[in-house]
Amino acid sequence: MIAFKKILRFVFEHVEDWFDVVFGAKWNPFYQLGALGWFYYWIVVISGFYLYIFFDTGVTQAYQSLEYLTHEQWYAGGIMRSLHRYASDALVVMMMVHLLREFAMDRFRSPRWFAWFTGVPMLWLVFTAGISGYWMVWDQLAQYIAITTAEFLDAIPLFGEAIARNFLTDAKLSGRFFTLMVFMHIALPLFLLFVMWIHIQRHAAPKVNPPKELAIGTLSMLLILSFVKPALSQAPADLGIVPATVNLDWFYMPIYPIMNNVSGLTVWIALIGATLLLMLVPWMPPGKRVPVAVVHLDNCNGCSRCAADCPFSAIDMKPRSDGSAYRQEAVVDESHCVSCGICVGSCPTATPFRTRSELSPGIELPEDKIKELREKTIAASNDLIGNDRVIIYGCQNSLDPAEMVDAKVGVVTMPCIGMLPPSFIDYVLSKKMADGVFLTGCREGDCSYRLGIKWTDARLAGERDPRLRKRVNQERIGKYWAGLTRRKEFFSELTAFRMRLTKLATAQTENRAESNESGEKIDA
Amino acid sequence: MPEPRYILGQIVAFTLFAIGLAYFSNAPSYTYHDPEMALIMVSFSHASERKEDCRRFTPEELAALAANMRRPMDCKRERVPVYVEVTLDGENLLSKSYKPTGLAKDGSASIYERITVKPGQHQLIAKLRDSSREEGFDYEGDVLINIKPKELFVIDFRKDLGGFIFK
Repeated sequence: MIAFKKILRFVFEHVEDWFDVVFGAKWNPFYQLGALGWFYYWIVVISGFYLYIFFDTGVTQAYQSLEYLTHEQWYAGGIMRSLHRYASDALVVMMMVHLLREFAMDRFRSPRWFAWFTGVPMLWLVFTAGISGYWMVWDQLAQYIAITTAEFLDAIPLFGEAIARNFLTDAKLSGRFFTLMVFMHIALPLFLLFVMWIHIQRHAAPKVNPPKELAIGTLSMLLILSFVKPALSQAPADLGIVPATVNLDWFYMPIYPIMNNVSGLTVWIALIGATLLLMLVPWMPPGKRVPVAVVHLDNCNGCSRCAADCPFSAIDMKPRSDGSAYRQEAVVDESHCVSCGICVGSCPTATPFRTRSELSPGIELPEDKIKELREKTIAASNDLIGNDRVIIYGCQNSLDPAEMVDAKVGVVTMPCIGMLPPSFIDYVLSKKMADGVFLTGCREGDCSYRLGIKWTDARLAGERDPRLRKRVNQERIGKYWAGLTRRKEFFSELTAFRMRLTKLATAQTENRAESNESGEKIDA
Repeated sequence: MPEPRYILGQIVAFTLFAIGLAYFSNAPSYTYHDPEMALIMVSFSHASERKEDCRRFTPEELAALAANMRRPMDCKRERVPVYVEVTLDGENLLSKSYKPTGLAKDGSASIYERITVKPGQHQLIAKLRDSSREEGFDYEGDVLINIKPKELFVIDFRKDLGGFIFK
């Protein structure tokens, strides 16, 4: 499994790098898989509402009502039907790629088990909802699906009489059957929505909407596709004729040929087994638990920035328990905390300038204390020489920092770049420990801990607390979100940054020389 | 304003995605049944006779029963399996025994068989045994059929309608 995951990750990272080039990080669909899934879901729901208005649940009327929508009302009903189908197919694609990607990136263990675990039942719901929709068309494909599904259900020794007998002759089929199908086709997506809501419960600021430009792009694609290749019914169902050859929707029905050729009970065992196995993946083996964030009440003023910044809703603000004058205190939920340290980066007390008292912020990671971060920064800057000395702050999920160290570059790493309080940059530059600070981490738009890069960018731009002080020269700050794959680009960005620092130093020397000269002239 | 290459990138990638969606949403086709062949379905549900006949309780047996459990007859619930044979132009297509359903084996036997046959005119004979007899059949039916490719011919059975129903 580990080897498979590594290969999968390699493939994803390289394909995504290519997509970054053609889409840009902001629009890269691989970073928006969940949000795109939500977007397709809403397209399916809205188009489904429209189709429902015209759908007739009679045995022969079901097919006719869809034929009317497709051909007579092609400009509205036909488009809606095609959107309904293609968005459903796209939803399956997004869902499966999302699942594979989270697996490849190892984002399903420890506290992140919840999203994975709740995502698995969604597979069943999406597939059953989709298949029930195809059933309602009552064309030859629907007939095939009805018979095969009924035979599959009959494999469970629960039903006294074979359900498949209902599809032996047209006379046996009742309009009530379509009413049942409509009910299922509405109830299943509603339940799916409920599970989708649960799925994102542990995510703060979940991405449920793709960027506007990406949404426009994908909706345009679906609309054009609906015009160019409208979804059509196959020949009407006739239970007296065997639907010998059918055009399957392979996004929803890859299992049907298997159901025709393997015993139903075997398929049931395989499906249930695979589902259980998939649900248990987060514990095979369980992830290594790193000690979670700890609140030091002596230094917590209850400002709630950590709670606002935590990407996994692991921090709650609760009434003060220590009798302090502050109203609230941060409380960490161990079962949610992934030990990313983003809360530490948001804490206003996590400032390296503190020297009179021990550097112990309101919240910190026991294994990556902020005091140690300052010590590492000092150690990394100690032996640097030249006028383009750089301290690199990097996250542990991106490039291996060891190879970056040389006489002019010191490296300090942490679980996530979001753990770095902006005051550290001020500290390094104002204490002249280096000529510049360079930040690196996961690829832009794909932070391992969801919001580390976003919050760091906002803090540095002065848009989010704790803000980088205005006195800090932004020219002396560089950043490149390299991830694991962009080694070459990282070094070229770093080289360019160091050249900029050299130029700044030269310009400063020249300015100083000019002011000295003018000073001497005035003296003379 | 987004870079033109990003817009172009979207167009190219979404076009490829759309082609994939358009194609795999109804292709390649899948052949579920040989279009040159016809299909005979044997499908019905039938409750066979009880395995043992009812017998009258002896006075001693009745006395041994709790007062609220006393009844004149002792009837075992278990049913015999239903045995079905189908031949087409003398060739055996099906000869199989179907167990009664239910934990006490007292339910109907459920029969659901698909048999692919060559189209054309055929003499079809169906036989069923639902009693404890060891040889012979309790019901028989025969019909001359002219079945076309892909056509479905159903063999049903309704005891109340006299036996086999061909449609």
